[in-house]
Amino acid sequence: MTRISASAGAEFRIALRNRWVTIAVAMMALFSMVLSAAGSAPTGALGVDKLSVTVASLTSLAVYLVPLVALLMSFDAIAGEVERGTLPLVLTYPVSRAELLLGKFVAHLAILALAVAVGYGIAAGAAFYFDPRASAGLPALFRLFWTSLLLGAAFLAIGYALSAIARRPGAAAGLAIGLWLVMIVLYDLGLLAGVVADGGGYFTTHVFPWLLIGNPADAFRLYNLAASEATAAAAGISGAANTIPPGQALASILLWPLVGLGLATLAFRKVTP
Amino acid sequence: MTSLTLSQVTKTFGANRALDGVGFTVAPGERVALLGHNGAGKSTLMKIILGLIPFDSGAITVLGAAPGSHAARRKVAYLPENVAFHPSLTGLEQLRYYLRLRGERPATAMDLLARVGLADAAKRRIGTYSKGMRQRVGLAQALIGNPRLLVLDEPTSGLDPVSRREFYAMLDGLAAEGAAILLSSHALTEVEARTDRIVILSKGVMVANDTLAALRRQAALPIHLHVTTRPDQADAVARSLDGARMNGVTVDLTCGHDQKLARLGQITALGAMIEDVEVIPPSLEDLYSHFSRQTDTRTQP
Ligand SMILES: Nc1ncnc2c1ncn2[C@@H]1O[C@H](COP(=O)(O)OP(=O)(O)OP(=O)(O)O)[C@@H](O)[C@H]1O
Ligand SMILES: [Mg+2]
Repeated sequence: MTRISASAGAEFRIALRNRWVTIAVAMMALFSMVLSAAGSAPTGALGVDKLSVTVASLTSLAVYLVPLVALLMSFDAIAGEVERGTLPLVLTYPVSRAELLLGKFVAHLAILALAVAVGYGIAAGAAFYFDPRASAGLPALFRLFWTSLLLGAAFLAIGYALSAIARRPGAAAGLAIGLWLVMIVLYDLGLLAGVVADGGGYFTTHVFPWLLIGNPADAFRLYNLAASEATAAAAGISGAANTIPPGQALASILLWPLVGLGLATLAFRKVTP
Repeated sequence: MTSLTLSQVTKTFGANRALDGVGFTVAPGERVALLGHNGAGKSTLMKIILGLIPFDSGAITVLGAAPGSHAARRKVAYLPENVAFHPSLTGLEQLRYYLRLRGERPATAMDLLARVGLADAAKRRIGTYSKGMRQRVGLAQALIGNPRLLVLDEPTSGLDPVSRREFYAMLDGLAAEGAAILLSSHALTEVEARTDRIVILSKGVMVANDTLAALRRQAALPIHLHVTTRPDQADAVARSLDGARMNGVTVDLTCGHDQKLARLGQITALGAMIEDVEVIPPSLEDLYSHFSRQTDTRTQP
């Protein structure tokens, strides 16, 4: 336990010095502000409070931004140590590779939590400023916060696995960007194309839902949108997604960080310093 | 009980045989120097002892445990060659981190840094340190937590002469407390005076493993006797001793180890003609070349 916290402490300090904390917080804050400004027009008399609307837009933002920030922080974790030559010494200490990895994970997750809290805080502040009824959306905001952390945790862990597999920071960065493109951008497009081509057949009813919750980013979006009926209509994903129980989507975002950390540990064990 | 036992350790990288049947031991309180040309396999052997890289065959026991096992790592300290640290951390932060990883009190970090003369720079980032200062951080971390075996890969590289002396004094203290020490070096003269035993690797083969005195006997390299004569006596002395006159007052003699006393007897018999005599044993450089050459001739067709 002290070994994990020692490793987390050192890692947090390094991130602070390398301006990673500043960059992550600034990125989330900037995007939240832009989003709040864009959405500040009166929503009319729909009966939905301002914060719930904000949460819906934050959800679509988080799907892109949280995995990106997580991958940016994690791709260097192991490859960077290999490159700097700091790995051989620390591996002769009585600490397991899983503990070293968990230390980095705790530090990076804390930074992510800080960035997400600041970003969502700004957006929520704006919502309260424009609409005194905004407190109705608070539960949705809290849900968005902790699921964002789970989503970030999944991509941090996947980033470590890529970092260990690549062993060079350059290659790890390439893999991370490729993975982000595939899982966040292309995946949905591919699924959509499949659904359209299938025309409501076996793929749409039996394969598509599983593929959708299999991707942590989609599971995250599904869970948050399904949980707030007010914005269900805003969901761009086709009707078949609505048949997926939110519980299964939640299970997916809970499982992914664990699976990712397992994969990362296995890949890290294969690295010879 | 020995602190480190190696027997028949073999390691190949592809077709390159980095270590070939290496076997020796290091006892508690013993300081063993590992010598060899560039690429002889010193660093590879050390990494194997620490469990950082696997070996192909042979057996290794580190403090009664397997290399790289948790039990071994708790009591073994390592200083890699070209030791590196994260440039963003200060020396103090880096050492506090290492102390916590070993379950020691982080408050002792400053004392450790002071021991290696880094107290003034402790709160500066390691990125701003000189090479020798980084090496000292490496030494400081190797002192953490009363290690029973220290594996030091070229520990004095980058250190100034005064720091080298302080470093060897520190090693003497550790060995006196019963720590076993295995260190590699290219600085033969400092190893000569400061270690108990010498292991020479040549292209992955162990060609020597003994005390310096025993290696000298084994190699039977000629001993030089520098005889200083009274003025104008050099020629006469050279003639009667059958030696080579170096200049007006010096005669150089070479002889085998077993003839040394007889030769000295002949010199003293010359009485008043002699001013002084100096016995110069074969240097470690000579021994080193002698033993390293053995494999060269053996492996050549
Ligand atoms: N990871 C590796 N892959 C392939 N070959 C390697 C690897 N590490 C070492 N070698 C080879 O093993 C041999 C021994 O290398 P090693 O680093 O142990 O030498 P050394 O005695 O420490 O030399 P130096 O005095 O220069 O530090 C060399 O031929 C080297 O090329
Ligand atoms: Mg070496």
